[in-house]
Amino acid sequence: MSKLSVPVRKFDAVIVGAGGSGLRAAIQLSEAGLKTAVLSKVFPTRSHTVAAQGGVSASLGNSEEDHWHWHMYDTVKGSDWLGDQDAIEYMCRKAPEVVVELEHFGMPFDRTDEGKIYQRPFGGHMSNFGEKPVRRACAAADRTGHAMLHALYQRNVRANTQFFVEWMALDLIRDQSGQVLGVIALEMETGEVVAFHSKATVFATGGAGRIYYSSTNAFINTGDGLGMAARAGIALEDMEFWQFHPTGVAGAGVLITEGVRGEGGILRNSTNERFMERYAPNAKDLASRDVVSRAMVTEINEGRGCGPNKDFVLLDITHLDPATIMKRLPGIREISIQFAGIDPIKAPIPVVPTCHYQMGGVPTNYKGQVVGDDAAPIRGFYAAGEVACASVHGANRLGTNSLLDLLVFGKASGDTVIDDLRSGEIGLKELPADYADRTLARLHRLNTQTGGASVNECRLELQRTMQKHCGVFRFKDMLVEGVAKIVEVEKAVAQTEIKDKSQVWNTARVEALELDNLIEVAKATMVSAEARKESRGAHVRDDAPDTPANPNGRDDLNWHKHTLWHRDGSRLSYKPVIMKPLSVETIALKTRSY
Amino acid sequence: MDDREKLNRLRWRCTRRAMLEMDLLLGEFLERVYPTLSPAQADAFVTMADMEDLELWPLVNGQREPDDPVQAEVLSLLRNVRVK
Repeated sequence: MSKLSVPVRKFDAVIVGAGGSGLRAAIQLSEAGLKTAVLSKVFPTRSHTVAAQGGVSASLGNSEEDHWHWHMYDTVKGSDWLGDQDAIEYMCRKAPEVVVELEHFGMPFDRTDEGKIYQRPFGGHMSNFGEKPVRRACAAADRTGHAMLHALYQRNVRANTQFFVEWMALDLIRDQSGQVLGVIALEMETGEVVAFHSKATVFATGGAGRIYYSSTNAFINTGDGLGMAARAGIALEDMEFWQFHPTGVAGAGVLITEGVRGEGGILRNSTNERFMERYAPNAKDLASRDVVSRAMVTEINEGRGCGPNKDFVLLDITHLDPATIMKRLPGIREISIQFAGIDPIKAPIPVVPTCHYQMGGVPTNYKGQVVGDDAAPIRGFYAAGEVACASVHGANRLGTNSLLDLLVFGKASGDTVIDDLRSGEIGLKELPADYADRTLARLHRLNTQTGGASVNECRLELQRTMQKHCGVFRFKDMLVEGVAKIVEVEKAVAQTEIKDKSQVWNTARVEALELDNLIEVAKATMVSAEARKESRGAHVRDDAPDTPANPNGRDDLNWHKHTLWHRDGSRLSYKPVIMKPLSVETIALKTRSY
Repeated sequence: MDDREKLNRLRWRCTRRAMLEMDLLLGEFLERVYPTLSPAQADAFVTMADMEDLELWPLVNGQREPDDPVQAEVLSLLRNVRVK
């Protein structure tokens, strides 16, 4: 038994990740006087929360009558009844409070003439239990995420939160009892490995959208929290559920807004056919996201894709007046030129369905506590935001609920840490003797590996495998083959070799460590998706079609349950969906249709 | 910090940003164009890479022009980058 040690720093709480949820949790902790460290791979205001433009939902009722219960209904329905109704009630009830708080932190929301927070309509937001659209989304122009991060960061500066910027957390520290006692982390500037020994550890590391070849996610989203949790023996929940956007630029993944089709953009296949006329004769190119994405994949799979590899379709706006394009779709021309190498006034844009958001994650309850298979909290461990699965998004996330999730569960996790400290539930326990062994062994392997695979090639192989075998539309044989392929990729990842062995600013090492996290997420996703033999929300299988017995392919009898993927043996187990809300009646199962 | 360390730090700050668009553009620029810049232009690029994405994005897509003439030179090169 080795007893390798690294320098130890002690904190009341350590938060990993400085996006919306991490910063929101940090405010609670620092303002309560706790010694709080926030670790981030980048400066906080460079977190991916910035990319969230749409808004944050809350039933403030500023423009018309609204109610948290209606918001709850929309969220349950959006989740295709896989969301836990206690967590969904909690989030929707708390929404007005956290949005108003954010306003008091200095968030520059758009306003009505009377000075109230302006609210706009958004897909899936309805009044009176699905009756008609309601204005519920609060925004700060098209920079809501950016403005939110700045407001939260400033508040943290005031509260003396201690930031560790350009640090990467590598592993969780757990003792024999399973209690979490902090993380081991790497400082990029020095290459130093340090243990952050804490009473409470909060994961706010965001999603892992980079497991897909075509992804709207920034490069930073490598699922570090998921990888750390999985290596520490914590199961990952509902990882088969990923939200896709139909039109990302092929190759780059950069999003082409739905507005392009709204202005008359047409999707075409290799025979120049407007193929959406066959799939959705009425709505055509403006059919819902999932319908359009599935049609695109079917065209590609049946050999009518475009380009040398027949692996994308075309979004055509060449028939539109160039003046209209410039006026109504600003930025689209620049994006197309820079990321697709084509001028959309003259040629169509190559597009593919592109990964956008992760619904699954580290299992938590509505208090932000990470829970084990028996639903009991894992002492000392909390999570919020995209890394966590509370589960409020279930099989499919409702638009603007991601920013709400950050605020509500960031705050809740902070409050629960405070409660658990006061009640004596958690405290600073002694580090186990082998606390750094596993991490140091991983680093040692990387430093001494010879004849191994390149990190870039492994990552590409991982991403291509996920895109091809576990994309927006899923096929039994492809999934089975995908499981075998991802296991092969895993073997290569276990032997990656880096040429640069230096300590200071070794980005090759950091990228190899990120890949260690991506592979855990990829495996969890592929294995969970192969096993779920139904279609639900964002998980759509060709062999689970729409029938009278199983509308939309959803099989409640056999599959109305959460998946838990265990790294050990890549084993699956299942747990029931929580159908009992905190105070209201259950929103009973019903077919999801809009 | 030696040159390798400085370059790696810059690479990290170019490819771990808030927006995918900026990861792609700055990463591509760093590999292909940065080595050809004059020292003054390289300094200007480092300054620009330290900007936040929502400051830099309007400059890149032509909604705004920079005040600094060296930054303008770098920006015209950045605008010509094609990520394929």
